[in-house]
Amino acid sequence: MGDPTPENLLTTPLDALHRELGARMVPFAGYAMPVQYSGILHEHAQARTHAALFDVSHMGQAEVRHPDGVEAAARAFEALVPGDLLALKPGQIRYTLFTNDQGGILDDLMVTNAGDHLYVVVNAGCKVEDFKHMHAGLAGCTVTERPDLALLALQGPEAAKVLARLCPEAATMAFMTARALDVAGFEVWASRSGYTGEDGYEISVPGDRAEAFARRLLEEPEVEFSGLGARDSLRLEAGLCLYGSDIDTATTPVEADLKWTIGKRRRTEAGFPGAEIVLNQLTEGTARRRVGLRLDGRQPARAHTDIVDDAGNKIGEVTSGGFGPTVEAAIAMGYIDAAHAAPGTRVACSVRGKALTAEVVTMPFAPHRYFKGQA
Amino acid sequence: MAKIYFSEEHEWISVEGGVGTVGITEFAQEQLGDVVFVELPEVGATIDKGDDVAVVESVKAASEVYSPVSGEVVEINEELADAPGLVNQHAEGDGWFYKVDLSDDSELDDLMTRAEYDAFVEGLE
Repeated sequence: MGDPTPENLLTTPLDALHRELGARMVPFAGYAMPVQYSGILHEHAQARTHAALFDVSHMGQAEVRHPDGVEAAARAFEALVPGDLLALKPGQIRYTLFTNDQGGILDDLMVTNAGDHLYVVVNAGCKVEDFKHMHAGLAGCTVTERPDLALLALQGPEAAKVLARLCPEAATMAFMTARALDVAGFEVWASRSGYTGEDGYEISVPGDRAEAFARRLLEEPEVEFSGLGARDSLRLEAGLCLYGSDIDTATTPVEADLKWTIGKRRRTEAGFPGAEIVLNQLTEGTARRRVGLRLDGRQPARAHTDIVDDAGNKIGEVTSGGFGPTVEAAIAMGYIDAAHAAPGTRVACSVRGKALTAEVVTMPFAPHRYFKGQA
Repeated sequence: MAKIYFSEEHEWISVEGGVGTVGITEFAQEQLGDVVFVELPEVGATIDKGDDVAVVESVKAASEVYSPVSGEVVEINEELADAPGLVNQHAEGDGWFYKVDLSDDSELDDLMTRAEYDAFVEGLE
């Protein structure tokens, strides 16, 4: 059975189910969360080969409304992020960043045009500050936090087949689109998105229905629960940033190699916090950049490991690193001096006095398998 | 007949003829989760009791292994390079880490018997 929850930790609506299934619960962002059930390698493989179910109810969900409609809400929201939100058609999702006046990243988030409002999902560890930031910074808008909603991610090559069995419309949704669905009698808001590099869905469901919904999904033979441990190794292989590790207030979208999140229109119109600094970096470049590293062996280089050149000079630092179960090698991402940032550059990671040789590589480490077209 | 001892840091050492075989316990491997790499000491290295002599890398984190005794490393488990999962499958058998030629047998007196270790672990759970 799982460990007891210290009294100061929050729980998700699936807490009892995790414990029933023997999850190992750990504190994460103030919540008791399942780090693993049977084992991280198995749960990682589950998401790469079948369908893994993740409880991500600790994340912050909110709705943003403007009396003049969703376009006015999107326009107001653009004051806080560099993404082109006005371009979002109903049902479209965008990955974007809250920036500060120095161009640093306050959080990364998903914004969906949900028809008459924006639906926003932010990181658990940042949500209190993010919501304050939204309340203060979204002129004329109403921000409604939705702690009553749970969030489940169903990820993997068989996720679409499973969900379509319970709701045929789920199959035709394109990557980065969202809609309301009736899944086996459960009214949910489903987004075709995720944090694993696999096809899949992130499904918002009322907290009081979450356990029954999770149990219904787990009845399908392709589906098993996976924990935060596998979620981290999956996102690392997918080259996706973890806020607080790979991006934070000391990194800008350009340094973080997230230039693609800065909308074309926003590059000329600017109007987001730190725009002058960030847009200048777009043309002038930056002294360092986030890159992927594939180590030659199996020994991991963890966060805060120095990246060194042939002569042993420090040229960067690992921000996330571990063993990639699917790529079967130690992999990492980190910031490295621009002169060494080109793919193919040979470097080393200095781990407990040993120089582990590595190569700068283009991410993702494991290919993304998103569903781009109509079925 | 080998005699087995346990440390509070969850290492076991099986001693026969003055040479001890060292590994981590079943409880330790269960706590660590899937092992993906083991960094072992070098053969010939002189180690002191309490030294961090090996590192176990699980998917999540790196954990140090402290030598339960002093002596000279005489052999390491080469199989762990290609099959680190042996630590999970047979922590107290094929998943051994290194063999050490003990320099001071009396250090074993500070370690626990199986029964004492089992009680120690029960107190942790």
